[in-house]
Amino acid sequence: MTRHSLLAAAQSNDPATRSWAIEAIAAAYWRPVYKYVRMKWNIAPEDAADFTQEFFTRLLEKEFLDSYDSGKGRLRTFLRTCADRLFMNQTRNSKRLKRGVGSAHLCLDFMEAEKEVATELLSGSPEDSFDKEWVRSIFVLGLARLQASCESGGKLIQFELFERYDLEDADPKPSYAQLATEFGLATTDVTNYLAFARREFRRCVLDQLREMTTSEEEFRREAQALFGVKVT
Amino acid sequence: MKSLPDRVVARLQADMQRPDLSGTRYNLLRYVACGGMGSVWLAEDTVLKRRVALKVLDLAGPADDLDVRLLREARILASLEHPGIVPVHDAGTLADGRAFCCMKYVEGQTLAQHIATLNLPDRLGLLERIAEPLDFAHARGFIHRDLKPDNVMIGAFGEVLVMDWGLAKVGVTSLEAGETEIATAAQPTQNSLRVTGQGSVLGTRGYMSPEQARGDIEVDHRTDIFSLGAILTFMLTGSAPGELPAASGSVPRPLRAICEKAMAADPNARYQSAREMTADITHYLNGEPVSAYPEGLLERSGRVFARHRTAVVLVAVYLIMRVLFILFARR
Repeated sequence: MTRHSLLAAAQSNDPATRSWAIEAIAAAYWRPVYKYVRMKWNIAPEDAADFTQEFFTRLLEKEFLDSYDSGKGRLRTFLRTCADRLFMNQTRNSKRLKRGVGSAHLCLDFMEAEKEVATELLSGSPEDSFDKEWVRSIFVLGLARLQASCESGGKLIQFELFERYDLEDADPKPSYAQLATEFGLATTDVTNYLAFARREFRRCVLDQLREMTTSEEEFRREAQALFGVKVT
Repeated sequence: MKSLPDRVVARLQADMQRPDLSGTRYNLLRYVACGGMGSVWLAEDTVLKRRVALKVLDLAGPADDLDVRLLREARILASLEHPGIVPVHDAGTLADGRAFCCMKYVEGQTLAQHIATLNLPDRLGLLERIAEPLDFAHARGFIHRDLKPDNVMIGAFGEVLVMDWGLAKVGVTSLEAGETEIATAAQPTQNSLRVTGQGSVLGTRGYMSPEQARGDIEVDHRTDIFSLGAILTFMLTGSAPGELPAASGSVPRPLRAICEKAMAADPNARYQSAREMTADITHYLNGEPVSAYPEGLLERSGRVFARHRTAVVLVAVYLIMRVLFILFARR
C-alpha cells in the first residue's frame, strides 16, 4: 500500500475499490464524526448514528472526496468541515434522512461510542473531541495491525505482554517481575519483548497514518499531532 | 477491535514520542522540549555516568532529509570546538530507526529569561560573549542562520552557549589558510544542500535577514550579523525587531545606531564581522565614539564629560579658583 493509494482508491471510478477504501477511511473516522456531531449539535444518538452512516455514504458516492485538495489542508480537517457542511445542508433543506434510508450501512458500534459520549459531553470542545477520537482510532487500527503482524510472525507472547502491560488501565501496573512469573519468562525477556512490541506498535501506527495522509508534509504534521507534540 | 480508554491513549501517545534507547549506552530520564523536527530528552550516559541531552527526530527515515540535517548539525558542532558552542558527544540511529544526536546537557536559562535581571553594561557584555563563538564559526566558514534569543543558553556558571546549529551551513566566507580541511569535513551532502540551499526559507521571523527571508541561496555570514543586531535590539528593548518596541525611546542613540547598522537591509552596509560589531559595543561601554554613529559637537562634549567627569570637574574647579585668585589679587 503506497501513501496515495487509499485516497486514490476512495476517488476511484471502480465501485468495489471505492467501497473498500471508504470502509478503511470510515474505520478511522466514524467514531470522531459520530462524537463530533453528538457534541457539537447535541442531536439524539439515533440521529447522530444516521448522520454518520449518511456521511460515509456521501463519501462513497464521491460527493465530498472529489473536492479534496491535499495541497490545501489535512484530510482530517477536510472531513470535519464536510461533516459541518452536510449537517448545515440537511438542516437548511429539512431533508434529514430517516434511519436506514439510502445509507451505506457500515457495521459500526454506535452503542459503545455512545457510552463514551456520556462521559465526555462536559469536557472539551467538539473539535477537540474529534481530534482526540481520531488519535484513538488510529491507535486502535495500529493495534489491529500489530496483532496481525505478531500472530503471523509467531510473536503472540510479545503482543500479549504489550496488551497486559501497556493497554490495560490497571493502577498500579504489574511489575516486569510479576509479568515474568505470569508468562513463565525471565525478567530480561519481558523487557526485551515489551521493547519489541512498542517499537512494532509505533511502526504499525505510523504505517496506518501514512496510508491516511496524502503527502509527506501532511504525514509529518499528523504524526506530531498523534504524538501530542505542541511545536514551539 | 475494542476502543482504548483515555488514560491508555495518553500513555501510548507519550510512548510514541519517547525514543527507543534499547541497545544504546543511554538511559532516558525525562522530556525536555520539542521543536519542528524532533524532541530533546535528558538522558544518562551509563558508561561515563553523566547527564546528556539527546536530540531525537520524531520520525525515522530520510523524509525531508531531516536525518541528514541532524547528522550534519552534529558534524558541524564536532568541528567547532569552542567554549561558546555546545559540544556534541555522539550521533547515530536508534533501534526504532530515528536519528539522534547526543550533546552536552546545558542547565541554565535562555537569554530571554536571563537578561531580565541584568543592567545595561551586563547585557552588552553578554552580547559580546554571544558574538565570540559566532565570530569563531564564521572564521571557519560556518553560518548559523537561526540565531535568536531561544538559541542562546546561559549556563549555571554564567557560561554563554550558542545552541541549535540545525540550519547552519558552510558559507562563502573565504577561509583562513589551514582551515579549509575543517570546513570540507562538514561540507553538506548533495541531499542536505537540497534542503538548505535551493532557496527554501529557513529561519525565524524577526531575527532572519531580508536576504535569508527571500530565500537567497548566497547568504553569507552577514546574515548572522543581522540576527546579532536583532538580538541586541531584543536585549535593549525586550521586544524582537518588528514587534512593538517596549522601550526603544530609552535606548541610547549610539546603541540604536549599532542595532540599525547591524540590521541594515544591504549586507554591505552592515558590520562585516561580529568582531567589528562587538568592537563598537566595547567603544560604547568605554565612553568612546562608535563607528555606527557620527555624533555632533555637543554630543561629543557630553560624552567626553561623562567619560572624564572627575578630571573635567577638577580642571573646572582649578580654573575657577585660579580666576578668583587673580581677581582678588588685583584688588
